[in-house]
Amino acid sequence: MIDLGKYAEVVLSAYGASFVMLAVLVLASVRKSRKALKNLQKAEERRNG
Amino acid sequence: MASLWEYANPAKFSRTADVVVPWVSVLAGIALVGGLVWGFFFTPDDYRQGATVKIIYLHVPAALLAINAWLMMLVTSLVWLIRRHHVSALAAKAAAPVGMTMTLIALITGAIWGQPMWGTWWAWDPRLTSFLILFMFYLGYIALWEAIDDPDTAADLTSVLCLVGSVFALLSRYAVNFWNQGLHQGASLSLDKEKNVADVFYLPLLVCIAGFTLLFISLVLLRTRTEIRIRRCRALEARERMG
Amino acid sequence: MIALLSRDLKLAFRTGGGFGLGLAFFLIVTVLIPLGVGPEREILSRIAPGVLWLGALLSCLLSLDRIFALDWEDGSLDLMATSPIPLEAIVVTKALVHWITTGLPLTLVAPLLGLLLGLADSGYAWLLLSLLIGTPALSVIGVFAGALTVGIKRGGLLLSMLVLPLYIPTLVFGAELARRGAEGLATSTPALMLAGITFGTIALLPFASALVLRVNLR
Repeated sequence: MIDLGKYAEVVLSAYGASFVMLAVLVLASVRKSRKALKNLQKAEERRNG
Repeated sequence: MASLWEYANPAKFSRTADVVVPWVSVLAGIALVGGLVWGFFFTPDDYRQGATVKIIYLHVPAALLAINAWLMMLVTSLVWLIRRHHVSALAAKAAAPVGMTMTLIALITGAIWGQPMWGTWWAWDPRLTSFLILFMFYLGYIALWEAIDDPDTAADLTSVLCLVGSVFALLSRYAVNFWNQGLHQGASLSLDKEKNVADVFYLPLLVCIAGFTLLFISLVLLRTRTEIRIRRCRALEARERMG
Repeated sequence: MIALLSRDLKLAFRTGGGFGLGLAFFLIVTVLIPLGVGPEREILSRIAPGVLWLGALLSCLLSLDRIFALDWEDGSLDLMATSPIPLEAIVVTKALVHWITTGLPLTLVAPLLGLLLGLADSGYAWLLLSLLIGTPALSVIGVFAGALTVGIKRGGLLLSMLVLPLYIPTLVFGAELARRGAEGLATSTPALMLAGITFGTIALLPFASALVLRVNLR
């Protein structure tokens, strides 16, 4: 790891917090998308089947 | 421009999204990882701010997208109100949480960056304050969508709120700039480094901005497709109940 | 329109909720400030203009969900929408009623509360003026938010959440005007901005409010 000097804590916490927020956003979006697809497929099966 | 309206067709939009989202996501990943690694490991420290200047690679792109997301919502809201394309209304709904997250990232990285510079975890700097207000507008917009059952009514009301909110958000920006000039804080360090940023910082910053933008695009496409699916599913279920 | 005005005014005074409640709330909040912040006169007199503005603003908030609620529930709002009077005019009338029964009394009472907080001598006139110019905007904006949430059950909390960010420009310029007046500084800029916002909202927001009401009445 490069030398971040006395601000190591600051920089790492900023990066850490940002990654966490982005990860939550992406994971939640993907999960919602999959769930919606599943529900839609089930509904369409009921209609066609 | 005529071809753009083809995507107002929900089915066509979904099919296009199916193809496009994976590619845009991969590009976003490359730009983000590339830009952040470049900025984090391969740029020097600022003589005044030390390593904290590295926060710029997160703070500036997030802030830019926080604003641009709202602008996109404004445009798609207008398209909904005028041309009644459901995809447009759903795109606005889809973009809001992304914009809100970007605003939150901008706020938190801004506060963390400011701490060693200003000696406090939060300062009522006009820029940070404006972003806090923007965050509140996002919250209200999302809350209104959630509170209304009928989708078309929700789309109409949230669109008008977005329009009116945009005017007031702009007014608030001016108000807050005016409000802070009177404080006897001495020279408050501005986090706006875009103008003063040297090339060595500027290029990785551009890559990060591109990465965040691509991420925004892929997330909005994904989420809009989700909303379209939900809408179609609800329509099918409603028909089931009646038939 | 005059008929609507007088009818709503009579209703408001009779039920007494909006009118007295707002004033009482304003008083209570003002009393709570020193209890929360400490009795030091120096501090109180410095924050007085801003705190009084906040108190007036929050007191205005209380009666907002009532503006359309009764008419929505008993169907009169539907009737109003189909009457020959444009819905925009009805919306303006509602805002006017709200201001007469809430904003105006709060404005008149504020200098008295300023006494409690040790407002500087030069501040009273400016406080009064700033509230006089600013509270109509609070009513007009409040009506818009009320129209947005009229169909939502228990929409009061959501209404507050939507309206408070919209109140920020008026609050900032109004409180700045009051503060600068109290400190003897130049007041023209905030005064002009505040007046601009008030006139702008009165001129434009009713159209958005009427549109929103029509959507909700569909």
